[in-house]
Amino acid sequence: MKESTIMKIHYGTALASVGLVAVHILMRLTTGFADSLSYENVLANYRSVPYVIMLELILILLAVHGFNGLRVILLELKQGRVYEKAVSYGSMVGMIVLIGYGSRTIIMTNMGMT
Amino acid sequence: MAQVSSIADEQASTPLSSPKSILLRISKFNPKLDESSKFMEFTVSYQKWTTVLEAILDVKKHFDHSVAVRYSCRQATCGSCGMMINGKPKLACFTKISELDSDVVTVEPMNNFPVIRDLTVGFEKLFEKHQKIQPYLIRDDSELESDEREFLQSPQEVEQYIQFANCIKCGLCNSACPTMATDSSFVGPQALAQAYRYVADSRDKGKDTRLNIIDESHGIWRCHFAGSCSQVCPKGVDPAMGIQFLRGYLLGFRS
Repeated sequence: MKESTIMKIHYGTALASVGLVAVHILMRLTTGFADSLSYENVLANYRSVPYVIMLELILILLAVHGFNGLRVILLELKQGRVYEKAVSYGSMVGMIVLIGYGSRTIIMTNMGMT
Repeated sequence: MAQVSSIADEQASTPLSSPKSILLRISKFNPKLDESSKFMEFTVSYQKWTTVLEAILDVKKHFDHSVAVRYSCRQATCGSCGMMINGKPKLACFTKISELDSDVVTVEPMNNFPVIRDLTVGFEKLFEKHQKIQPYLIRDDSELESDEREFLQSPQEVEQYIQFANCIKCGLCNSACPTMATDSSFVGPQALAQAYRYVADSRDKGKDTRLNIIDESHGIWRCHFAGSCSQVCPKGVDPAMGIQFLRGYLLGFRS
């Protein structure tokens, strides 16, 4: 993939994350802040399909943005063909694992398997 | 460390009656012989018009002939005498001692370049990256084949790139760049500014080729817009601005 395409995704995921995380935080204000984080409320959030979709989107956006950011930092830290390939594929694997594990948590909680 | 004040009997080119003097600290390092650099110190008298290069040449002439320094035009045109002067990349021929406002002037080789000896650095990588962006007009025809003897441009078209054509390849921008300090493969502000110089030239047809060259993992996207390249340029070129314009092309904001 071209670096400009990767960076467009990087900037896009950053902007979208800011918007969705803002909604996520504002949702804490629908009830009192402490109440909204109570066990029952959190479970209720996970059972609401629109909210779960938003959480899944936040997870994907932040994982893509974060691991690409890490890739960029590591590429600037050290250079070399093998090292750069390892960093690029390592970041990709890390991103997939994080999205997989996070999705598993979201889906299991949504289905009541707590 | 050596305090040298009157080794040579002959008169220094700067009159000894000069009312002011500074301590000139020159970095000495030969990578083939030395493990680390050390500073030699010389007391040099100066007038208000004396440049750092003149002071170094004074030391070279009268105190230490072995000081390695590259210079040529002495008028900020050739870009040979770039060095760190009191911690900042500057042209030695374009920096007056009186402007530094300090009793101690420390000169070191430029950062982010391999040291050949003392104040002289290797420019191979700079020229390699400059060449990589194809710094010439790319088009299918040429003035030799056309009836026209030249490619005409309006003043507005010239205005688009003319400041970037002032680059003298002195390497000060690359020396000041924080990304170049850690990423040796980064194409650098000098080459990127030159890429923009040709991309913005209405006579050039190689925009896509050049944008492809700089659109790689150690290309334009590694610039963090610190802006230090633009601050140190002795010719008023603004590489940071050129880089942002190039990004505009790649992100689709410019065409």
